[in-house]
Amino acid sequence: MSANQNVNQETLIEVKNLRKSFGKNEVLTGITTEIRRGEVVVIIGPSGSGKSTFLRSLNLLEPPTEGTILFEGVNITDPKTDIDLHRQKMGMVFQHFNLFPHKTILENITLAPVVLKKMTKEEADTKAKELLERVGLLDKADTYPEQLSGGQKQRIAIVRSLAMDPDVMLFDEPTSALDPEMVGEVLELMKQLARDGMTMAVVTHEMGFAKEVATRVVFMDEGQIKEEGTPEEFFGCPKDERLKEFLSKIL
Amino acid sequence: MADFSAKFYANFIKDDRWLGLVTGLKVTIIVTLEALFLGVIIGFLIAIVRSYHDKTGKFKILNALSRVYLTVIRGTPTMIQILIMYLVVFGSSSMDSIIIGGIAFGINSGAYVAEIIRSGIMSIPEGQTEAGRSLGLNYSQTMWLIIVPQAFKNVLPALVNEMIVLIKETAIIGYIGEQDLTKAAMIIQSRTFDAFMPLLAAAVIYLALVMLLTFFMNKLERRLRSNER
Repeated sequence: MSANQNVNQETLIEVKNLRKSFGKNEVLTGITTEIRRGEVVVIIGPSGSGKSTFLRSLNLLEPPTEGTILFEGVNITDPKTDIDLHRQKMGMVFQHFNLFPHKTILENITLAPVVLKKMTKEEADTKAKELLERVGLLDKADTYPEQLSGGQKQRIAIVRSLAMDPDVMLFDEPTSALDPEMVGEVLELMKQLARDGMTMAVVTHEMGFAKEVATRVVFMDEGQIKEEGTPEEFFGCPKDERLKEFLSKIL
Repeated sequence: MADFSAKFYANFIKDDRWLGLVTGLKVTIIVTLEALFLGVIIGFLIAIVRSYHDKTGKFKILNALSRVYLTVIRGTPTMIQILIMYLVVFGSSSMDSIIIGGIAFGINSGAYVAEIIRSGIMSIPEGQTEAGRSLGLNYSQTMWLIIVPQAFKNVLPALVNEMIVLIKETAIIGYIGEQDLTKAAMIIQSRTFDAFMPLLAAAVIYLALVMLLTFFMNKLERRLRSNER
């Protein structure tokens, strides 16, 4: 529970009555919650529960149909807000990595910081190499994504997001597309991030990760948050019937 | 053999007739380059409008105009388009027919290039756009730096195809009074009454042109691909 001590009272993301429909199909049916700085929120739930949609709406990759999201006090759901500016502070890691195949590993990492003028090319290169060193992939700097294993790709994808110095990292099933023996290396990196105090929202099926790292676990079903709490309460004495059933199936 | 050299002499050497073919080749190349330049610009813009509309629902009017353009240009013969351009649109203008031809072929080619590029853009997985946008890049940065370079690589063979068609299709510019390679061959034929030699010569030159283009494009393609290995 070392991550706990990083949590403070400052609210980083505030979500009010968030709804999202795809045509007639309402995927999120009203979500109100908040993420405080330093928290590691793990979101679990059956498939189709809307957990990925919820995560993806936090940086407006899925624009919500209704409701508001405040990020660092700014209403990012307001059409007048320049969302690109705020996305620079919200890293995102995808199930399928989404590295840029036509760029080298180093270019993948430095592209956004340089184009968005956060750093010069030299600064970005230095920072990228530091980060690569940290994840033990410095020797891959000049190779292309195609030459990497899935676990390596995902670690690079995490590094790519970190290079922007985000205030929060969103993980959308980061280990679901990996071979089992590669899951560990990615989870290890995520744990390290959590220990360093990164605010994280993680959609995952890795219950071990939730128990060990989460400051709060959220159970979603039918487009709503059905239950949330610390890992002890959440796994120790679940109250929601659907959650009990869900946990009995996966644990 | 003596017959062949006599014919060769009459068709190409006498009165410096080969010079006509050279001038014709120049015209063919100039018109092709004009059309290529214009076609790629038009095609790219239309492709962007169409894919932006497909994704966001914006640009409604531009998208509708693009669709009309595609339908009309792809649905009518190039020959008619050239004649309309020459006799109607620029009918009262004194503009050089080599320019008019370039514009007409460019507008024509743009329609095909647009759909080629659009198919390239659509071939790139949505996750690439999402990755770019989630890093804070805006739509056009994501398009230019991430989607288009990958799309271009995917559609290069189809683009080369369109370029080859274009080179050969410029042969109909003779109908608006321009002396391109084909027309030059026909002029020799009208003087010597021998059709085989000049037409064969024109065919060989077209073939050489296309082979040259294919050679360089294959090289470019290999270079782009080698990046990934």
